Amino acid sequence: MFLQYFSPHPLARAVNRGMLDYWQILSAIALVVGVVGVARTNLMGLIAGKDRINRLTVLAGVMAMPILAWLWGTTAGSPFVWMFEYVQMPMQATVFALLAFFVASASFRGFRARNAQATVLLVSATIILMSRLSFGEGFLSQFQWIGDWMRDNPSMAARRAILIGIGLGSLTTSLRVLLGVERTWLGGSK
Amino acid sequence: MIASTIADSRWLDMAKLPELVGSVVVIAIVFLATMNRSIQSAKLRKINGLEAIEDAVGRATEMARPVLFTPGWGGDIQRPTTIASMNILTKVASLSAQYDCTLLYPTHDPVIMTVAQEVVREAYTDSGYPDRYRADNINYVSSSQFGYAAAVDGIISRQKPASIFLLGTFEAESLILAETGNTVGAIQIAGTDSTIQLAFFIVACDYTLIGEELFAASGYLSGNPSIVASVKAQDILKVVIAVILVAATIWATTARILDIETVQWWKF
Repeated sequence: MFLQYFSPHPLARAVNRGMLDYWQILSAIALVVGVVGVARTNLMGLIAGKDRINRLTVLAGVMAMPILAWLWGTTAGSPFVWMFEYVQMPMQATVFALLAFFVASASFRGFRARNAQATVLLVSATIILMSRLSFGEGFLSQFQWIGDWMRDNPSMAARRAILIGIGLGSLTTSLRVLLGVERTWLGGSK
Repeated sequence: MIASTIADSRWLDMAKLPELVGSVVVIAIVFLATMNRSIQSAKLRKINGLEAIEDAVGRATEMARPVLFTPGWGGDIQRPTTIASMNILTKVASLSAQYDCTLLYPTHDPVIMTVAQEVVREAYTDSGYPDRYRADNINYVSSSQFGYAAAVDGIISRQKPASIFLLGTFEAESLILAETGNTVGAIQIAGTDSTIQLAFFIVACDYTLIGEELFAASGYLSGNPSIVASVKAQDILKVVIAVILVAATIWATTARILDIETVQWWKF
């Protein structure tokens, strides 16, 4: 896979496509393992009497969607699509919306001037927050370019430095796996 | 059409030759460093997040509450970040086995679940407590991002783990999980390869593995000389990259000041 990236030859392209196809097939089979695992875990928990309402809800969802798809199909207007659009998507949006409250609570807890670094963080966060607001013309509108400068210079420099470290870490981890030095993920450290 | 047929028959895309040369050089540096005995005996600096693993599992044991470890929604088993998190999972599982502490591992990917089951089973066996291993505690919850986040939040809210490990590739669900863990009073150790989510973890968690600290965990925890040497190879590569960056900056700035045309060799 590494070598085929550098080659436009049809054989290299075919190897790449074949590997990706096999990966998708394996992922689909693994999904069956996952679904069976979910059903089994929740059924056993239900029999044991733990969190019955939650487990019943999970089992109902796991069984209902395939049954709806099998009986009425997955075309527009079908019960399957209705469940997706009016049950699943709103639930996902609800969980996503929690982020707004969690950002506020994390900021309230994290942005406190305990020491010099924390004070710098607090001041920086305040400037960035102010730069996102609209003050029109005047002195307060200067926050806009100050915030942009902070994002494009010191923040970006630190971010790129971390990205370089992450890239190098990913590279050496991948090489260790390929060379067989790293075998932990196989379930054996020896 | 003939030109494109000729182009497709090439074994090597010459436009990508600099990338190939660079990749081979980097691989050679890592390989040679891994084989070098003096580098193998090098010491790694203290990483607070990794030092806190044993304390975190001990805390959970004393409080009779479980440990929760989750690899995030953003990646699958082929990502180096997920493999790096498996290395830490081995250590956490080993300690959980010794201390007889429940280890929970919810994940979004059935392949990761299967690998994690093997890793944890092996860790429990190596620790001498194979009977304490519970496969049902390592489970697949949902492939949907917020389905996964809701499921893990539910587990945290109901089971109230004393220690939470958020190690892997995370997306928007990172702060949801971290804040929920904070509400139950858990000590949290986090690490991810996403610079955006790192900011959330630094604010919300007790310990954060920043950047390559997550990838250094394998060598740090195991002490394996070859792995430690590969971590040191990363430092060598960082020096090489820094030299190239400084040289390119000076070269480009000088050319701009003197207003001369020059080969932009750094743009390969």
